[in-house]
Amino acid sequence: MKPTGSPPPASEITPESAYVDRRRWIRNAAAFAATAAGVGGGLLWLVGGARGRSIAGGPDAVADGLPGVRPGPFGTAEPRTPYGAITTYNNFYEFGIDKDAASRLSGSLRTRPWTVTVDGEVRRPQTLDLDALLKTFPLEERVYRMRCVEAWSMVIPWDGFPLGDLIRRAEPTSDARFVAFTTLLDPEQMPGQRRHVLDWPYVEGLRLDEALHPLTILAAGLYGRPLPNPNGAPLRLVVPWKYGFKGIKSIVRVTLTREQPRTVWNEAAPDEYGFYANVNPQVDHPRWSQATERRIGELERRPTLPFNGYAEQVAGLYAGMDLRRNF
Amino acid sequence: MFTGALAPLAAILLLAARGALGANPIAEALNRLGLTAFALLLASLACTPAREILGWTWAVGLRRMLGLFAFFYAALHFATYAVLDQNLRGAAIFKDVTQRPFIYVGAAALVLLTPLALTSTAASVRRLGFPAWKRLHRLVYPAAALAAIHFWWRVKKDVTEPAIFAAILAVLLLARVAIAWRSRRNRRR
Repeated sequence: MKPTGSPPPASEITPESAYVDRRRWIRNAAAFAATAAGVGGGLLWLVGGARGRSIAGGPDAVADGLPGVRPGPFGTAEPRTPYGAITTYNNFYEFGIDKDAASRLSGSLRTRPWTVTVDGEVRRPQTLDLDALLKTFPLEERVYRMRCVEAWSMVIPWDGFPLGDLIRRAEPTSDARFVAFTTLLDPEQMPGQRRHVLDWPYVEGLRLDEALHPLTILAAGLYGRPLPNPNGAPLRLVVPWKYGFKGIKSIVRVTLTREQPRTVWNEAAPDEYGFYANVNPQVDHPRWSQATERRIGELERRPTLPFNGYAEQVAGLYAGMDLRRNF
Repeated sequence: MFTGALAPLAAILLLAARGALGANPIAEALNRLGLTAFALLLASLACTPAREILGWTWAVGLRRMLGLFAFFYAALHFATYAVLDQNLRGAAIFKDVTQRPFIYVGAAALVLLTPLALTSTAASVRRLGFPAWKRLHRLVYPAAALAAIHFWWRVKKDVTEPAIFAAILAVLLLARVAIAWRSRRNRRR
């Protein structure tokens, strides 16, 4: 085959250095794109994109405010953790193990109709519709510190009522020594329950005197609004002198028992999570120190206080107890 | 490739500046830096198998850069822990590193990677002699294993992510065993 036309003039031959440079540039650009895409994309896929997005099923601030919430006792004057942080940084494994899983995925939780059953060692077992329950026990604002066992903490303005009021209404018998709590079990609404990360449903428990203590509340609201789904809607337990995993969420059952009830985290890791779980800077978690905590929003860690700063109110409950053995 | 490997750090800094790392940005940054370090370490361990098994001769040219960046992110991960999380409280850090198994395992991995980072240049290969340099750089295997254990012991309950990383590491280590076995068999012929 004849070559078409005459060969190009020598002046048009690309200089070797430019030839090599251009190819090196193309190769570098390809390497950059591939590395950035590979590593960046892989990392993004692994940990997800931005955190702290707005919560699923958030209430409208004006329309859904809780009517008639009074200020309650034991409140702290410390700065309150912002609503956005409280509702997007949660351990609610029923929706996934990531901190933002609940805020992303708990929109599927149906909080009405909802009933709470009180049974076990009581003279008047009863099943209460949640709205009827909230009319019977008016809410008051309790601004409590919340200390997670993972060594971070918040200041949360709960709206709730004393757990003791509900228990006394059911009239515990003289055999009642503990209170057990159960969360909703419904993997269709709570996709995290489809995996056996914990032994669902989540169960927790308190000694009866801890349950009747005036600090212990059932919370149905947050910042004057109905409790958002990621925080355990529509009703959750708050025991501010204990690690947060004692604060069982989305409660459907309260049972008075004679024997100490089983608790999910204690079963999952008995040497790490005890029944009492009192906040104690002197008793470390086996894998990390409990001496300090990260208050969400602050740059410097702060020292953890015995009983999360509620020693004056609750230390007496544990007089004579070895708090290292009964952790 | 240099700038590509910086992309994860840029992503973290950008998200931090936008307040998009969530309510506990220090913990989030710590996790992401650790994951990036481990991922890059695994990528560097994949280079020689890629050449030997897949015939990708260009892969080995990436190995040093990937390894150095793995060390860079691991050092950043530790610095974030020491400075941002622990506010450079020496006594607390000392106690953590000496008493908390998952932390001293991670610290040991970083310590093992340090001489590798320091001797990563061609000049180091010449100075040490290739056989000695090669033996020194075998420390990457225990370092990677320690990183896998550090990750596994760190998670609270669900070990899915650490298990995936550990599985990839196991495959890469098996590949090295297979390569060594094959070259020994070839030499005998």
